[in-house]
Amino acid sequence: MAKITINPVTRIEGHARITIHLDEAGDVRETRLHLTTLRGFETFVRGRAAEELPRIVTRICGICPWLHHLASAKAVDRCFGARPPAAAQALRELCLHLAHISDKILHFFFLAGPDLLPDTDPRARNLAGLARQNPELAEEVVRMRVQAQKMLELIGGRAIHPVAAVAGGFSRPLAEDERRQLARQAGQLLDFALRAMAHAKTEIFPLHRGPAAEAGAIRTGFLGMVDGEGNLQLYEGGLRLMQEDGTVTDFPAHRYDSFLAEHAEPWSHGKMVYARCWQQGFSMDPDRPAGIYRVNTLARLNVADRIATPRAQEELEEFRSLSGRPAQSTLLFHHARLIELIHACERSVELLAGNDITDQCIRTRARPGAGRGIGVVEAPRGTLIHDYTTDEKGCITRANLIVGTTHNIAPMNMSIRKAASGLIRGGRYDREMLNRVEMAVRAYDP
Amino acid sequence: MAFRIAAQWLHSCAGCEMAILDTGSRLLSLLDGIELVHMPLLVDNKYHAPDRPPEEADIPPADLGLVSGGVANREQLELLQAMRRRCSFLVGLGTCASHGGIPAMINSWPLAEGLAATYENIESGTPPAAGSIPAPLDRVYAVDEKVNIDLLLPGCPPDPEQIHQVLTTLAAGTRPPARTGSVCDRCPTRRHSMADRPQVRRFVEAAAFDPDRPVAAMPCLLEQGLLCMGPVTAGGCEHHGAPACIGARAPCRGCYGPVAGQGNQMVAMMNILASHGLDFRSVVDRRAMLRFAGAHGLLRPVKPK
Repeated sequence: MAKITINPVTRIEGHARITIHLDEAGDVRETRLHLTTLRGFETFVRGRAAEELPRIVTRICGICPWLHHLASAKAVDRCFGARPPAAAQALRELCLHLAHISDKILHFFFLAGPDLLPDTDPRARNLAGLARQNPELAEEVVRMRVQAQKMLELIGGRAIHPVAAVAGGFSRPLAEDERRQLARQAGQLLDFALRAMAHAKTEIFPLHRGPAAEAGAIRTGFLGMVDGEGNLQLYEGGLRLMQEDGTVTDFPAHRYDSFLAEHAEPWSHGKMVYARCWQQGFSMDPDRPAGIYRVNTLARLNVADRIATPRAQEELEEFRSLSGRPAQSTLLFHHARLIELIHACERSVELLAGNDITDQCIRTRARPGAGRGIGVVEAPRGTLIHDYTTDEKGCITRANLIVGTTHNIAPMNMSIRKAASGLIRGGRYDREMLNRVEMAVRAYDP
Repeated sequence: MAFRIAAQWLHSCAGCEMAILDTGSRLLSLLDGIELVHMPLLVDNKYHAPDRPPEEADIPPADLGLVSGGVANREQLELLQAMRRRCSFLVGLGTCASHGGIPAMINSWPLAEGLAATYENIESGTPPAAGSIPAPLDRVYAVDEKVNIDLLLPGCPPDPEQIHQVLTTLAAGTRPPARTGSVCDRCPTRRHSMADRPQVRRFVEAAAFDPDRPVAAMPCLLEQGLLCMGPVTAGGCEHHGAPACIGARAPCRGCYGPVAGQGNQMVAMMNILASHGLDFRSVVDRRAMLRFAGAHGLLRPVKPK
């Protein structure tokens, strides 16, 4: 029996390989997405002073360190019973949205974008190739991404592996002149996001809706965060699970373990999460999945009734008129990503509009002690859960981390199976087909 | 022929690669003059052809190699060795490559046992088994423990300015100047000599500073009784006139690793605390002072009590 190995999966934000097992006839018998590294954060944070965790768990992911930083700070606040002041909450929420902005630009243009270049030579299918074919676009996307990073640096001292969200609040206040500069820059990012959407709607998304949309298409449920009115939320809210038929279950984020459970496969380091509350067990059979839901941009837009910022809401309405709700096609994650980019820019502009965010009361004293704290945010890659238990000294005794990508590992396996089965027949395959299998993974932005 | 760069991540988080991207428009000028022959984050070069066994990593020859991350399993070790074979000049990028970094905190456990604990809470399926995932080594190593490295560039992540300077200097055929000094050497905060209290306090309340005045007006955080690792940490993180974390009004935790290549930040910091009149026994979780530099055998499994 022949085996095809794609190692590594490239233009994704982690370490993974794909194996495709063929039967005697050369058709796809089985596929697997292997996550090949495990660092053991849940183990080695044990014994650490809990207030240090927001500065340790950032290293889970150098691409979205702010999201781990913020989920961790929220969990530590709850372990220690601390309530951050309003300005600290506003600064944290602003940083979350800016981190979403730089991440979405990175993924859409640097990682997934090159798949849409007309040149299919793999050596040109990357940022350098984009820069040669469309230097103005490349220059602008690089500049806009760095602008969001520089804004984070101005607010919190550093953009990568931040330190400013601390137990009880934020480490430094925002000055008025900084607020004005950031408000102007957030406006520029919003202009860019709207132009990027207009460009993508004519040049890119039509390619995602025809036959191409069928590669990797699967049907699953969805999970994401909403507020009490059903609006999309990224920083604070309840969780909503949606079944394939659109029925929803709302639950408080801190009760996640009553609704979700974790599964492991012997061939991957990545734990998989499934909907315990559906009482179906766990199966990745693409034709009869059980317990499987997806997270990340498309999931959030499927579960949310609406978006509270106007331009993103307009785009959501248009998206729903074309794709329905819930939309299932995997390549639609890209369109949903740009709608969220607009929302993140609009929300940043809102947060920077008033003077509340420059209030100098940014931190309350946190008192180390025994407790349990669960911090949940929506990371670019999906619902991110940090669950800590502390002893009487305020040191960690147990940590459970569910990282955004973890929820999508099972669905990615299913999408790979679908894509590979549709493309590889009779043992015949080529580089282009294998890249299409990788594209089914890339859409999830793992 | 263009200057060829190959970049490989190992036991790492992609923060070093983000720092490369944060060089911004200069990244595009750089890409214009070089050929990026291998970099899994950005470029579609694979370790091997799809029908070949996965053991033989086929890294294209390069003038300059960048490896980020430490080494924790067989696959990473083989990739590191392939990078060494194929790259004329090999740079260890970041603190994980230089000193193990945060992932080397697991060196306080026997590695396989520490990783197995990850699967304690699963309710369905079977945890990963030997043979179908890369076999773990006995601990997390810095890259220079496994192959010869031409230049180590620590930092978690290294400042984008430094990365840009090193890449352009090496592409021009010269060696970048060595970095010296500690975080303290480049810190503008006001210093006297001794701490204002005998006990180290946890960072669960704000440092004392005037929010309307620049960071240079803030009293030294160590002298405020906070555990600031600046004296024992290599400098190079500063922008806007102060070390990055100090600018955020937060104490240094040592992310550039020891000032001298193979120093022990925990031992050095205990001396510094004593010289400032601070009782090192008041530090909760002293081993965490090695959180960035636990490779080279510095963090070891704790013997059961």
